[in-house]
Amino acid sequence: MSTQTVDQNPNAASAIDDNTPKNLLIYLILGTLFGIVLVKSEVISWFRIQEMFLFDSFHMYGVIGSAVFVGVISIQIIKRFNIRTFSGDPIHIAPKPWNKGTNYWLGGTLFGLGWALLGACPGPIFALIGGGTSVLVVGLLGALVGAWTYGYLKPKLPH
Amino acid sequence: MIEVLSQPWPWYVAGPLIGLFVPALLLFSSKKFGISSNLRHICAATIPAKIDYFNYDWKRKGLWGLIFASGVVIGGFIGTILLATPGGNIDLSPATVATLENIGITDFSGLVPKEFISWQGLSTLPGLILIIGGGFLVGFGARYADGCTSGHAISGLSNLQLPSLVAVLGFFAGGLFVTYIILPILF
Repeated sequence: MSTQTVDQNPNAASAIDDNTPKNLLIYLILGTLFGIVLVKSEVISWFRIQEMFLFDSFHMYGVIGSAVFVGVISIQIIKRFNIRTFSGDPIHIAPKPWNKGTNYWLGGTLFGLGWALLGACPGPIFALIGGGTSVLVVGLLGALVGAWTYGYLKPKLPH
Repeated sequence: MIEVLSQPWPWYVAGPLIGLFVPALLLFSSKKFGISSNLRHICAATIPAKIDYFNYDWKRKGLWGLIFASGVVIGGFIGTILLATPGGNIDLSPATVATLENIGITDFSGLVPKEFISWQGLSTLPGLILIIGGGFLVGFGARYADGCTSGHAISGLSNLQLPSLVAVLGFFAGGLFVTYIILPILF
């Protein structure tokens, strides 16, 4: 199989061009709300991440578990009742392509190493920067170099 | 109102709120909730360098996410500064504090261990490994796995996707290795 099978084609026709000022404002507001939840739930704390991996507290498991619970129910309702978007378009959730699965377990493990070292995944990186932990800008640059390196090596990596 | 919001939010409030971003984005415009694609979009917008992975219409595909991420920065400011928790410190498990003290962390104020994750910390070897090594692995790993905590652990598991379960198990394997093996050696 070609490497294309492990990549959602960003130019797929399903990518609706909806970059209107009104829509972008909604995304900005949603992102802002998400940032506030990340901070106030303390999941952006390096210490909370360690506490999770040390199995010393239920907090992180509660946050992620209840988020997934709400997500599962929501998606089941959307699918069962064929609910459309507010503008009337069908809702399409593209499945993640599966080749040998190497990219998921290996990439996932590498990500996990980084998550515990930096104490932040991509969402929290942005929230920490906004909250004044300015050195995370360097962490973000590292993440960008990492993403770029992946793009460069992608044809040679097992997927 | 502000006093209530300024308290740390318990998991049973914050978790369901985070979960609601999945249907909110789907219902608004059939968008899949996820943050780490933005790393790809930023590369595509700045240094695509004729690499296939970065040659696509990033504005059309990714502008919404980049705006969403900009919102997360604003939300980070609001949550940390305007809704600052009275007293400030995080109510960590005493067992975690004891374990981390044992391996050499002394400052538990704030959101990160300031001895290492700070501008001064960048001049120490542990600081460099945490910030730059951790950052690189987060970016490389998230793109290799085609998703991060939001895209796989929240969105992907919400859609009952097997690839996301495999990725999340990987997240945990990597995290446990760092917490139990790497950190005690590093500090």
